[in-house]
Amino acid sequence: MAMTITAAMITEPLIVGEWLHPALLLMLGALPLAVLQGRSRQLWQLILPLLVLGAVVALPAGLTVRLELAGLELVPLRVDKLSLAFAYVFALIIFIGNVFALQVNDGAQHVAAAFYAASGLGAVFAGDLITLYVFWEIMMIASVWLIWRRRRQAAYEAGFRYLIIHALGGMLLLAGIIAYWLHTGSLAFEALDGGGPAFYLILVAFLINAAAPPLHAWLPDAYPEATVTGTVFLSAFTTKTAVYVLARGFPGTELLVWLGVFMTLYGVIYAFLVNDIRRLLSYHIISQVGYMVAGVGLGSALAISGTTAHAFTHILYKALLLMGAGAVLQMTGRSRLTELGGLYRTMPLTFLLYMVGGLSISAFPLFSGFVSKTMIIEAAAVEGRGVIFLLMTLAGVGTFMSTTLKLPWYTFMGRDSGLRPPEAPLNMRIAMGIAALLCFVIGIAPGWLYAILPYPVEYEAYTAGHLIKEMQLLLFTGLGFFLLVGVLGGKDKISLDLDWFYRVPGKRALDRLGAGIRAVDAAARQAFMVRFQALEDWATHLRLSGWPLRSWPTGSMALWTAVVLALLLVFGLGR
Amino acid sequence: MSSITELMPFVVLIPLIAGPVCALLPGRGLPWLLATLAMTTAFILSAMVLAAVFDGATLSYAFGNWAPPVGIEYRVDAANAFVALLITGVSAILLPWGKPLVDDEVPERQGSFYALVLIALAGLLGITLTGDVFNVFVFLEISSLATYGLIAHGRDRRALIAAFRYLIMGTVGATFLLIGIAVLYILTGSLNMVDIAERLPTAEGARALQVGLGFIVVGLAIKLALFPLHHWLPNAYTYAPSLISALIAATATKVALYVMLRFIFDVFGAAYSFAALPLAAALMALAIGSMFAGSWLAIMQSNLKRMLAYSSVAQVGYMVLGVSLTTLAGLSAAFLHLFNHGLMKAALFASAGLVAYRCGGLGMNDLRGIGRQMPWTLTAFALAGVSLVGLPPTAGFISKWYLLSAAVAADQLWLVGLILITSLMALIYIARVVEIAWMQPRPEGAPAVQEAHWTLLAPVWVLVAANFWFGIDTRLTVGGATRAAQALAGGVWP
Repeated sequence: MAMTITAAMITEPLIVGEWLHPALLLMLGALPLAVLQGRSRQLWQLILPLLVLGAVVALPAGLTVRLELAGLELVPLRVDKLSLAFAYVFALIIFIGNVFALQVNDGAQHVAAAFYAASGLGAVFAGDLITLYVFWEIMMIASVWLIWRRRRQAAYEAGFRYLIIHALGGMLLLAGIIAYWLHTGSLAFEALDGGGPAFYLILVAFLINAAAPPLHAWLPDAYPEATVTGTVFLSAFTTKTAVYVLARGFPGTELLVWLGVFMTLYGVIYAFLVNDIRRLLSYHIISQVGYMVAGVGLGSALAISGTTAHAFTHILYKALLLMGAGAVLQMTGRSRLTELGGLYRTMPLTFLLYMVGGLSISAFPLFSGFVSKTMIIEAAAVEGRGVIFLLMTLAGVGTFMSTTLKLPWYTFMGRDSGLRPPEAPLNMRIAMGIAALLCFVIGIAPGWLYAILPYPVEYEAYTAGHLIKEMQLLLFTGLGFFLLVGVLGGKDKISLDLDWFYRVPGKRALDRLGAGIRAVDAAARQAFMVRFQALEDWATHLRLSGWPLRSWPTGSMALWTAVVLALLLVFGLGR
Repeated sequence: MSSITELMPFVVLIPLIAGPVCALLPGRGLPWLLATLAMTTAFILSAMVLAAVFDGATLSYAFGNWAPPVGIEYRVDAANAFVALLITGVSAILLPWGKPLVDDEVPERQGSFYALVLIALAGLLGITLTGDVFNVFVFLEISSLATYGLIAHGRDRRALIAAFRYLIMGTVGATFLLIGIAVLYILTGSLNMVDIAERLPTAEGARALQVGLGFIVVGLAIKLALFPLHHWLPNAYTYAPSLISALIAATATKVALYVMLRFIFDVFGAAYSFAALPLAAALMALAIGSMFAGSWLAIMQSNLKRMLAYSSVAQVGYMVLGVSLTTLAGLSAAFLHLFNHGLMKAALFASAGLVAYRCGGLGMNDLRGIGRQMPWTLTAFALAGVSLVGLPPTAGFISKWYLLSAAVAADQLWLVGLILITSLMALIYIARVVEIAWMQPRPEGAPAVQEAHWTLLAPVWVLVAANFWFGIDTRLTVGGATRAAQALAGGVWP
């Protein structure tokens, strides 16, 4: 069913015959959002994602559209099971995100979100590196608006840092693509063969978007500063597109296994240290993407399928969690754990829906994370990677502890903050409801998720072994938490942060670990800031002293001319 | 062949003749109308000329039937036809755009103003098309003198100083060029480019020739605003009237680069030039200096036009860098960027001009929050900025792609890093403007600003659209640049 478009046919409209590029549809369809107002805008915001979903579903696996442009053979649309699995969930989350954002009256933000989502779709359908690069850069430009539209100074600054790091990534990608092209003569986006500067340039560019430490800082920096609705989109596309391109280009790269495992733990540990609910969830994105990166690194059919499945479920439950946190922020104007508490009284539905997301991310049986995360862990076990298996399991415990227990406890239960916000608007609750429903349906009937995975898998999530292992872990973690909360709750004042840790029997060890991490972190930041400050001082000095900017006297301009001529001649004649 | 050869000189002659006529016309409407008509006609003619030489032909026209090398010859191949198309095209788009701005900034004696514009453009076109080295000098002086006058028309009093400084530096540059031409004449007894090239291999006086080449290259490097000879440029661009900033930013430095290449490749011969002087190393060093100094200084500016001016210094660096790779691919990339940069800078200066027109000032403080009040202008600026940074699908991306490919193919991988770092710096200064214009609130008590009229916006958007068009359909730009490079260095460089 492969279809070839020759150069002569470029003059034809791009939407011909049996295919329709979903990214193109979404971008063109998003333009009216800039001008539409009120009901008509909301209506179009609902219809457009459904059209895109339809366009994605209509794409048959195996379709390849070629395009000859400026002597380069491009493949703007390459449809196979791997790209389709990502595209399905992207299309779903566009719809959910738009429902969540219906009440926001900000055309620029809606257009930016649509372009951002379209670039994600475009990237997963890109069959060549140029097309990938184009969508990669559109993604950068569009996404920064979702941060800037928060319209706060902190958001501008975070957005700017976000822009710079992604531009750097984009440029590394471009350099890598050119080097790859000149080296191999091919622009096809397939598994890249190891070694060479091109390989590493492209890998680093992908890892920046995957938020792999030490290139991760943009994510917890920028995502919590984005708009309430923008963060939902952001959590879905950038990192998951990165997972897709890693799975496409670098399956079985050993480095990724260890990096991924490091990410799972890194995200969990840092999530413990933060106070902002959306920042906490952002660190968990790093942690969860870590599972996927490790899965890509393992590279077996089960691991790649597990990665895909986990990306699918992760997008849904992470969006759900961030929608819950966003609803809290929207209704209370606060996002710090220490300023929240007791919200379940007036926001019971948000609380319940958030908990569905929490149980999903913790891989609780009957919820979506259970059927996907365990696949990756299983893939590690099958290959006999015991250490990997254990570390990933350990990270799962931390995830449950902070996302599912700590965050909701101190936000919705726990100490009464006295806040009595009403429930989130209806459309927000509906969006969360859809996401929660999907999390639950996937959890109880994983069969159709498994059916769309790139490789056929003989994986049974609900075996006695998996259930017992997972339930033991979760129940004991939960038991520990609630025992501690009970103890803490007996006293009148609890100050949050890490103090409740101190009352655990093994408190010394944890205490030291926490202090050590913070000390190392502080030292590293200190060292960086000192250097950065020195650089900034120097730049300020230059600017204030005006030395490089001063209008030079005409005489010194002429002098420079003489110097250049003299040097040229001295070196020329002296030879 | 015949008819187009007869028509070819009119690309220069039309503005040259229309200029003095313009000076005699009264009022505001007529001079502008004549100037626009003249440049539009010249644009159509140069498009026909480019079409005629696109396949490698060379057109030659001898003035007054004095056969070259005695008479003055106009000699056109793909290289100069390509540059002429850029000059005429950009000015044909910018002149209709600039009328209200000129009415605002130069309320009186517009006849002489437009006359100077036409003469400056005629000078640039003359440099581009002529095949006679002394003619190059004459046209260089014509266009420079007209440009000094135009810059001095700026409303800011500093425009006078800027024009004076440009005059001093421009004269130094022209004198250097003249010294070099004199050396050539003494050694060969000829002023015709082709003729000189034929006689040079047998000429006596190798040292003198080397010195002549040095003078010509440095003299034109001043005109090119190559670091560290760029100091005349920022003030000149900043204080000139908006129309003039946009016009000379898009054309003047490009012509200087073209004619430098013509001397290096056709008159002296590439093999000789790059062996006689360490040109490749010198150009590369100056280019890298330009890229970094220009970008860095652009980031530190607090005036929009000045920022764009420094950015031009950096962009000229990219073009020269392409040349310094001493490969055909690098030279093509230089020509490609020459054209594309003309498009993007014209669009950027044009939208900046609209902001100045509506808002009065161009300081970063004046720009705060202006995006919501002039959305079309600032969107055009942002999109042209995307092209400047070199993101797809814009002309700037095509430039960067070919320049990077050329650097990689020449095994100069470290240059890839430098190019990418400087384009990151470009992103910083463009994004800063976008952020200030769209995200910051209007200052307290600032008067509301109105969006420019659509007739002013249309030409800007045509330029922006061209940036995107040539980012996708590269047949004209890449084809033209490749053929231009082929015309100059075909057979000499790999």
